[in-house]
Amino acid sequence: MSGRGPTAPGPAATVGAIALNTFREAIRDRVLYLLLAFALLVIGAGRFLALLTVGDEEKIVKDLGLSAVSIFGLLTAVFVGVSLVFKEIEKRTVLTLLVHPVHRWQFVAGKYAGLATVLLVNTGLMGAVLSLLVVLRGGAPGPVAIGIVMIFVELLVVAAFAVLFSSFTNPILAAVGTVAVYVAGHLSWSFDLLKRRLPEGAARVACDAARAIVPNLDRLDVKAEAVHALPIAPARVALGIAYGAAYALAVLVLACAVFSRRDFE
Amino acid sequence: MGGTDSGDAVVLLDGVTKAFRGHLGVGRTVAVRGLTLGVEGGGIFGLLGPNGAGKTTTLKMMVGLLRPDRGTVLLFGRPPSDPAARIRLGFLPENPYFYDYLTGEEFLDFYGRLRGLAGRERWRRVREVLGQVGLAGRERTPLRKCSKGMVQRLGLAQALLHEPDLLILDEPMSGLDPLGRRDVRDLILAQRAAGRTVLFSSHILQDAETICDRVAILVGGALRFEGALQDAVSRRVLWYEVAVTGVAPGRLPGSVLSSSGEEILLKVPDEASLGELIRAVQEGGGRIGSVWPRRDSLEELFLREIGPGAGSKGAA
Repeated sequence: MSGRGPTAPGPAATVGAIALNTFREAIRDRVLYLLLAFALLVIGAGRFLALLTVGDEEKIVKDLGLSAVSIFGLLTAVFVGVSLVFKEIEKRTVLTLLVHPVHRWQFVAGKYAGLATVLLVNTGLMGAVLSLLVVLRGGAPGPVAIGIVMIFVELLVVAAFAVLFSSFTNPILAAVGTVAVYVAGHLSWSFDLLKRRLPEGAARVACDAARAIVPNLDRLDVKAEAVHALPIAPARVALGIAYGAAYALAVLVLACAVFSRRDFE
Repeated sequence: MGGTDSGDAVVLLDGVTKAFRGHLGVGRTVAVRGLTLGVEGGGIFGLLGPNGAGKTTTLKMMVGLLRPDRGTVLLFGRPPSDPAARIRLGFLPENPYFYDYLTGEEFLDFYGRLRGLAGRERWRRVREVLGQVGLAGRERTPLRKCSKGMVQRLGLAQALLHEPDLLILDEPMSGLDPLGRRDVRDLILAQRAAGRTVLFSSHILQDAETICDRVAILVGGALRFEGALQDAVSRRVLWYEVAVTGVAPGRLPGSVLSSSGEEILLKVPDEASLGELIRAVQEGGGRIGSVWPRRDSLEELFLREIGPGAGSKGAA
């Protein structure tokens, strides 16, 4: 046998290499720039809209801006996330990637880390522009920054679902599934409402189960406090981040389990 | 046939069966059935068979992309699902496709990272291997602008990047022009000369015949022959095919196979008849265009093993 005794890279290096490639793929896609440009346009439009509206101009800028960050962040997570794993399988690049000394979980983690980096850069840019607008209107950027951080955590949860769905279904179904989780996550309180109207028994148990499975994204929503400059307790922020991180991790573990069982024909 | 010795085997399959479910889980196609095969270190091993014989499925099980339904697959003594088993492996799938948003250099840099090659060494190997596959100077060409032949060459480059002990190549010459085929053949021979093991699949027997030390023939997912090439085919000359110009065929010994314009293709049974023919051509003022000794070929063995109607069942 020849060879120089090659060794496998460490898990961090492997995940990092896959994440870098995923990030590179995303930033070379024009759709991302279109989304970002449109988001910045909407954030900037808040300033002009404020001139035409009766009310606190700063609040309108913050309200519209945070909503734009949230919606365009969601669109980025869905557009990039739902095809991440699927595209590798469909285009058969996975056939050469997975014969490297790479664990399947490292592949999923690398894909997710790349997507998270895209979301970080995207949200960061949008957040910086919004904060600048708020400062220009004489407002304090602190609450907006906290709002942006919490939106990012929410996007991390949504992105984990996008990767999970992408690991076993096509992009259209994955997009539908991911958006459904986002919507249900913001309406999770309605399961309690529904439960109160149902008779005792299996239906109520199903409601409890759905409430437990669907992420409670309202726990991460501090937009109202940020817009109206209301105090945001540090404990709430910390718990929200911990909740989001734990939820995203659990979904990713599930995605790894699904992906590890796959055959590649 | 089918005997394995796990001692020196770099790849070992023992009683391996793999089937695929049809669309919506309806139906079941057995791609590989009860395959027992060992590939020893060093040399070139050809996995041959018609389309649908189960070659790609077998190779994918060897590299851990597919899990067998029954039986055991070992790569360097470990299950291929274990990443440690794949450290010394280089693999080229059939009709490869790579990331079209990357350049050749970026692509190999990415795979070099996954191989654990450190910065400078990685870049040195990227340049070296691009030169080896004939792509020096094309480092910065985006993959979306590469021809099929260039992508195939890049596929070989990624498989060779970390100087693996075992190269598994699925139809490595598919889609290449004659020059490209010769380059790949030379590259495979160079790997053998460097002490590496090359296992490749092909349905083009001429490629296998010229470079393989051992071959296995799969038909309908089952092993039909496995052994050294010299055991598979006799190197005895069966007859000679001679191209002659400038002489009328009636004045020459041997039987006429075909004629085109002035050129006649003749068949003579042995060396003595060949001598007679050459003398007759010289005396008649003609010219010998070529002499081709015809031996028992791998193609004949292949056709014998396949038998009539084989190859129409099974999966990829």
